[in-house]
Amino acid sequence: MKRETRIWTVLFLVGAALLAYRASTSTGMGKAYVQQTDGAAVAVKASEAITGTVDFSWSRTVGIWVAAMFTLCIFSFLYKDNPFYKLAESIVVGVSAAYWMVVGFWTVIIPNLFGKLFPAWVQSWAMPGLSSVHDDGWYWNFIPLLLGAMLLWRLAPKGTWISRWPLAFIIGTTAGIRLVGFIQADFVSQIRNSIIPLAVMENGAFDFWKSVSNIVLVLGILACLVYFFFSVEHKGIVKRVSTVGIWVLMITFGAAFGYTVMGRIALLAIRLEFLFDDWLWLIDPAGKRIGL
Amino acid sequence: MYEFLKNLDRRWIFLLMGLAVGLPILLQVQFPETSTDLADAVFNEIEKLEEGDKVLLAFDFDPASEGELGPMATAFVRHCCEKKVKMYFLALWPVGPQMIDDTIEKVIKADFPNLVYGEDYVNLGFKSGQEGVIKVIVTDLRGLYTTDDPGTNIDQIPMCRDVENVQSMDLVVNVSAGYPGTKEWIQYAATPYPDQIRIVAGCTGVQAPLLYPYIPEQLPGLLGAIKGAAEYEKLVMKEYGGDDPDPKYLEGKRRMGPQLIAHVLMIVLIVVGNLVYFAERSREGHTP
Repeated sequence: MKRETRIWTVLFLVGAALLAYRASTSTGMGKAYVQQTDGAAVAVKASEAITGTVDFSWSRTVGIWVAAMFTLCIFSFLYKDNPFYKLAESIVVGVSAAYWMVVGFWTVIIPNLFGKLFPAWVQSWAMPGLSSVHDDGWYWNFIPLLLGAMLLWRLAPKGTWISRWPLAFIIGTTAGIRLVGFIQADFVSQIRNSIIPLAVMENGAFDFWKSVSNIVLVLGILACLVYFFFSVEHKGIVKRVSTVGIWVLMITFGAAFGYTVMGRIALLAIRLEFLFDDWLWLIDPAGKRIGL
Repeated sequence: MYEFLKNLDRRWIFLLMGLAVGLPILLQVQFPETSTDLADAVFNEIEKLEEGDKVLLAFDFDPASEGELGPMATAFVRHCCEKKVKMYFLALWPVGPQMIDDTIEKVIKADFPNLVYGEDYVNLGFKSGQEGVIKVIVTDLRGLYTTDDPGTNIDQIPMCRDVENVQSMDLVVNVSAGYPGTKEWIQYAATPYPDQIRIVAGCTGVQAPLLYPYIPEQLPGLLGAIKGAAEYEKLVMKEYGGDDPDPKYLEGKRRMGPQLIAHVLMIVLIVVGNLVYFAERSREGHTP
């Protein structure tokens, strides 16, 4: 037996034994309960199972177990690539793609396209809340319908060039919208926000730390700009200032890395918390199983 | 020791990190939080609102970032409920409506059952189009959002009758996991309409450094990652939580325990990694 096979076998056996032990205890694990409220099943705390007024939910319990298994499948990649990871990854990709299509259809194509072109028809079978009366200028919506049909033409065996026209429209409008957004919010506004007083006076008194903060900000910006100014050879004073610019950039990258680490650890923490709390019932930080 | 560290299998590092995060969760290690200026600014922006003011809550995140952003979303809604403002939820991410429903279930239905859907809060749901959606709704919200998320005509929802666009809102609160998110709300809503639209945000750690340049002119307040969430939670619970706050409003604080231990491990690993690097260079005859 190969070393990897031995490790996997031991992991499976230990995991199965722990699960069997945990499930056989009086506390139990990984169960969900619901209560019928206004015709809908609402999730309730497991501790309310003692009262006998709530129902055991098979669907939610299976959901917890499936989520736990997929979490472990994804974690298994940390050891090495394996079929369990591939399975979980493929399911995530497939479900996400299908979800996007369905949500896009029901939240945009039906209410915002067909709902405006044929409101009475859409109201009759899909969205009873929609108005059955045409808006003013409703016929303009034939243009996106036409562009959408042209875009789908790329699936046809002939005339795929037709799809390039709506694509050109999308690229052109997106570029235009983003250009305006960046010029206004990032270029002009950032320059304006950088023009700040170096000696800050608050209520007639000199604010030392605010002044230091502003001076560091302005000097940092200027040093970074010098670093990216390549029309002059970087030697002498220019080199020294650009070196300061590099330091400022490195500190920025370090801060960004620190934030990224914090974000990733938070994601790991929530998955482990899910496994320990919702699945294994080892901890109860929210007081959901008091008395069990 | 040098040879051991140089050839250490990276899976031992993974295991160490798993223990550094997992053990504090099992032992429920927690540390006190102190709010920073940015969290204070977010809190004050919402605190300034009057009863009946309109707040747009844009939940632009999904389950993948729920662990990081869920606590701040919960705290935002709790704070808005306490201030008795009207809440308009929407999402630019397709799974956003589920995040909205979860938060409504967790906060409004559980702790504020007197609030009425359509009068005190409404879920306008998701629209595709990324920043294009923002670009449209800053001038014409009703043209794009013809119905709410469950499909009710927007004209039949009492709290939507006097809302023409985002400029009608007294504050925009954005919880953002990436694109489209806070950056786009600043670019297409807050910057073109600085006197009409004010925005505060909570974002993932990855995004936070990219949003700092907008502070404070274009973005008065920002909650960065789980740390920002923990600080904001503290402020909200101090003001409204009472003596024994519900643990569901302290998720951010709870998740800062594993953060601290994991960060200490990261620092140790970086120091050890550098020592091994310089030792290697020294053995090869390079000057450090």
